[in-house]
Amino acid sequence: METIVHEFPPYREHETAPEPEAHGHHADIGFWRKYIFSSDHKIIGIQYGFTALCFMLFGFFLMLMMRWQIAHPGAPVPVVGPLLAKLLGQPAAGGIMSPELYNSFGAMHGTIMVFLAIVPLAFAAFGNYVVPLMIGAPDMAFPRVNMASYQAYVLGGVVMLVSFFIPGGAAQAGWTSYSPLATSIPTDGQLFWILGMVLLITSSLLGAVNFIATIIQLRAPGMTWMRLPFFVWAQFVTAFLLLLAFPPLEAAAIMQLMDNAAHTSFFLPTGLAVGGQLAHISGGGSPLLWQHLFWFLGHPEVYVLILPGMGIVCEIIANNTRKPIWGYKSLVYSVLVVGFLSFIVWAHHMYLTGMGTKIATFFQATTMMISIPSVIILTCLFISLWGGSIRFNTPMLFALGFLPMFGIGGLTGLPLGLAPTDIPLHDTYYVIAHFHYVVAPGTIFALFAGIYYWFPKMTGRKMNEFWGRVHFWGSLVFMNLVFMPMFTQGMEGMLRRMADGGANYSAARVPGALNTLPNDIMALHTWILWAAIALGLAQVPFIINLFWSIHHGEKVQNDNPWEATTLEWQAPTPPPHGNFAEPPQIYRGPYEYSVPGHATDFTPQNEPDRPGSPALAPAH
Amino acid sequence: MTQWFADKVLHLPTLASKNGAAIDELMVYIHVLMLALFVGWILYFGYALYRFSQSRNAKANYHGVRSHASNYLELAVAAIEAVLLIGIAVPIWARAVDKFPAADESTVIQIVAQQYAWNVRYPGHDGIFGRQDMKFVTSENVFGVDPTDAHGKDDIQVLNEVHAIVNKPVIIYLSSKDVIHSFRVLPMRICQDAIPGLRIPVWFTPTKTGKYQINCAQLCGPGHASMSGGFLFVEDEVDFQKWIGSKSGTSASFE
Amino acid sequence: MEIPYAVYPRPDTGIYNAKVGIWLFLASEVMLFGALFSAYVLLRVGAPTGEWPHGWLNVTLGTVNTLVLALSAITTLLAWVACKTRQFDKFKIFHACTLMLALTFLCIKACEYHDKWIHYEIQLTDGRIADGHLRGSDANSVTIEGRYVTDEKDLYDLRAQKEIKSGEITIPRSQIKSMENYGPWHNTYLALYFTLTGLHALHILGGSIVIGYLWGPGRKLWKTDPEHFTNRIEVSGLFWHFVDLVWIFLFPVLYLT
Ligand code: HEA
Ligand code: HEA
Ligand code: CUA
Ligand SMILES: [Cu+2]
Repeated sequence: METIVHEFPPYREHETAPEPEAHGHHADIGFWRKYIFSSDHKIIGIQYGFTALCFMLFGFFLMLMMRWQIAHPGAPVPVVGPLLAKLLGQPAAGGIMSPELYNSFGAMHGTIMVFLAIVPLAFAAFGNYVVPLMIGAPDMAFPRVNMASYQAYVLGGVVMLVSFFIPGGAAQAGWTSYSPLATSIPTDGQLFWILGMVLLITSSLLGAVNFIATIIQLRAPGMTWMRLPFFVWAQFVTAFLLLLAFPPLEAAAIMQLMDNAAHTSFFLPTGLAVGGQLAHISGGGSPLLWQHLFWFLGHPEVYVLILPGMGIVCEIIANNTRKPIWGYKSLVYSVLVVGFLSFIVWAHHMYLTGMGTKIATFFQATTMMISIPSVIILTCLFISLWGGSIRFNTPMLFALGFLPMFGIGGLTGLPLGLAPTDIPLHDTYYVIAHFHYVVAPGTIFALFAGIYYWFPKMTGRKMNEFWGRVHFWGSLVFMNLVFMPMFTQGMEGMLRRMADGGANYSAARVPGALNTLPNDIMALHTWILWAAIALGLAQVPFIINLFWSIHHGEKVQNDNPWEATTLEWQAPTPPPHGNFAEPPQIYRGPYEYSVPGHATDFTPQNEPDRPGSPALAPAH
Repeated sequence: MTQWFADKVLHLPTLASKNGAAIDELMVYIHVLMLALFVGWILYFGYALYRFSQSRNAKANYHGVRSHASNYLELAVAAIEAVLLIGIAVPIWARAVDKFPAADESTVIQIVAQQYAWNVRYPGHDGIFGRQDMKFVTSENVFGVDPTDAHGKDDIQVLNEVHAIVNKPVIIYLSSKDVIHSFRVLPMRICQDAIPGLRIPVWFTPTKTGKYQINCAQLCGPGHASMSGGFLFVEDEVDFQKWIGSKSGTSASFE
Repeated sequence: MEIPYAVYPRPDTGIYNAKVGIWLFLASEVMLFGALFSAYVLLRVGAPTGEWPHGWLNVTLGTVNTLVLALSAITTLLAWVACKTRQFDKFKIFHACTLMLALTFLCIKACEYHDKWIHYEIQLTDGRIADGHLRGSDANSVTIEGRYVTDEKDLYDLRAQKEIKSGEITIPRSQIKSMENYGPWHNTYLALYFTLTGLHALHILGGSIVIGYLWGPGRKLWKTDPEHFTNRIEVSGLFWHFVDLVWIFLFPVLYLT
């Protein structure tokens, strides 16, 4: 490794002009180049983060309105009702949410949360800001591509937002956009959705290429693969998932675009009758083809949603237990296995499309298999707590909260993964609860943890601890109050995507039948509604805290306020353009905490070996 | 024990079919596994947080856990999952999709879903459906019945009501006219997507007479939530024949 | 601040950044076309027997285009070698050739598209079908260069039918039930044909733009940093070879089978 050191190019600018940022004032390069059209991975990371958070809030508001409709079908939406009516016209006449509007809000909630909120925040924002710092790189491998990726993302977001206001409104066929429904709905919403998706896919592909190239090429001397922080590994695998799983959806999107715009029949079978009339199409297509292509992306996508979160949690747990992560190697291998397996489980979303025994067996088997590495990952994180000296600061609280929440979500994936038990559960709120436990109290908590954890590096100030705790306990309690009841509802047969919250299937409406939704199940809707509102209020302290702390938070004493070992904390705060003053040299694994015989309870990766210190101990 | 868990812990909905029992059992076993893992880990979690908080354990231990007990736990989880999969799940599925009851010992029905209702067709007295072909399909003749075929004459076609005989297997050939719907009768523990262009058979054996609601479990447009007009009537032989009698002659004819 | 290994390979990985980038990008491209090809397979296998078209495309033109791309692959290679050996004039010539060949390909493709565009299947009121290329039409009649068939099936397998006698037919509009040209909407085969070749043509177009840029304004870089410029030629070359490869699959799948 030493040999590389000499060949490593110098980080300083060639011309002697000092870095403007380094001196805290941006003199020569203007505001636009610095903050809007920047190619600095840190600025881009923050841009991504802020935009994604706004989308997350928006996605949540969509859901609040839907939850109101579920609890009080046909009643005008309070407060925003009139506004809806004015903005969206017919579908929201009288402030009442029509089924059309409910469906498009549902589809857009899913799309926005997955593709415009969580992926950009978990992968793009944290990946951009943290990964190059963690591996000791001056920037991403392709800074301009990086900027293009963000711009494509914003453009995609704009297209999605605009689609709300076109006649007929946004896409209504669910985030899964199954054909023929997606093609038969008489609005252009679906076209906008497809175009938006193509832009978002492009953005993700550019990002993925950039991340992988960066991690392969720009690791600082001594930063061997097995010395990479787990977060970097998680992002590395995530990037591969995006790189290889997105193109098939792009292909599918192109074909659905043709179906919608050029009246082809890729996904439309012969003899299709839409709205009573036989459709004038050539036919011969296959609706299942779309589902296969969609879920071939769809399942890897869900691991894209979780892996970065796991990475963040791992970093924070190591830092706040003040001890090495238990089983670093098994973590790395597990995440690689998950990445690979996630490409061959997709059809577990399609058990009920008339699947034969052989295929069903294959996909049940792979689905059970993929749960094992996830079990291993969680086990390693749990066991890492043992023997630690745990500091309960806000980032740690959220990281710890992640573990059982993901656990619940993951475990409830198992009955869905077995085809027979999927029969009664498919498309019920059990599924909704399952995946929200993994993405909402799971991933979102991990992201909150990351924000609280790296905020000091970005701004040189800490976020307020007290309000952080308020935010945590509020979120934890209300998240569970929102999603736990959904398991019961699902078990009892409450179906998802019900514009009336299942009222038509309730005991109240159909007395005679033996299988109706009991009143107490329907009554839960009201509880969930209020819990969701409370959940939203629980975010207020966070939002205020976030903005307030940028200028008024407690100043950090040094570059490494959490006394962490990983490289990003050894860089200046905030890191200047180009990050490190001189190329860091790495001597050890990422989690050398409480090394016996070492002066402090943390040994940074770039701290030169001193005689007598067991620094070069291999990472665990 | 299993029953108790099913009723008291999981609150499984009413079961009214032979084939459903096995599914409910599997449902119980898998949830027991989940619960065991959850409780176990939660207890460990709680204790670890209490025992190793900074206040109680000022100095972290570099090595942490030395034993490899967890490996056995992971192996155990894998083993149990394998057993549930190979031992229970796969056989159930095989029975559901491969081992269909003989047609002459079952009530055979054709259903074509549409926005937002179920077209149901019975073979009538001769027990044979009229010949059907894609090219006859029109917006009325959703089954594409050949108007010239004699067998078709006594076929019975109704909207939104499925009649079945208790304790006699029911075979349903499921398709759709416009978009994807999903035929779901929870007490029978069946749920099958109705996909345009495909004709998918599904079967079950009802064990309790009564009126059951048919749900549409797949988003099929603005009316999805209100596609609730369909009912399954499980009756004894007599009532069933009475109903057939009342219908025969009224078969939808297309000439 | 400069990015390490932007030009010279990193010792332990033995490769420079842009090359890693292009290989990754190509991996995603493989998945993109892979998905489309599997769609092709699935739809073709699912098609009713005897209803899959054969011999609808002009094999001669297809072959010519295949050769054109094969040739362009060679010229890109030579252009890169010329850069490596620092013979800039040679490079300019070879690179120009590549560009010309690319445009030739696009022209031929455009002709093929046009040929399908003016090809009509006309349902007549008497149940027969007139099928052929539009020669002229006015308010009350349509003239095509083609033939009558009684059964639509006769239009599918043109390879089986030895010589197809076609002539000028003029049909009064009063006898026309409906007429539709051979666009993507006509049937699944054409939908696949236009989508696959269209996407491929877009790749050719994109490639040509890059090549054109590197041949024109982009060549400034040669003066300041020839090695860097050579890398760009190599990277764009890799992309170009991939696009050719895709065609090598498209040609037999659409023209020959
Ligand atoms: C981040 C996202 C994410 C993750 C990680 C997962 C993880 C898993 N999912 Fe999930 N899933 C989704 C997101 C996710 N899913 C989404 C969005 C949908 C719905 C899509 C739609 O239809 O709209 C879905 C739907 C879905 C279905 C289809 C259901 C249906 O439509 O009928 C299935 C079926 O097999 C499934 C299975 C699984 C399995 C087996 C896992 C496994 O990987 C889980 C493995 C994890 C564990 C087994 C937990 C291990 C933990 C412990 C052992 C410790 C426990 C300790 C404590 C609790 C303290 N999921
Ligand atoms: C990553 C994905 C993700 C996330 C995070 C969420 C989050 C939430 N989801 Fe979502 N949901 C989906 C993905 C997601 N969902 C998908 C894919 C579907 C299926 C759609 C379909 O049927 O096609 C779905 C469907 C779905 C349904 C079913 C609708 C139906 O079937 O009819 C419901 C019902 O309650 C629901 C509720 C919620 C709730 C209450 C949250 C809450 O957890 C939200 C929590 C978030 C907040 C409270 C906002 C916090 C905001 C900030 C912190 C921003 C701060 C801002 C600044 C600093 C500027 N979701
Ligand atoms: Cu039919 Cu939903
Ligand atoms: Cu999945």
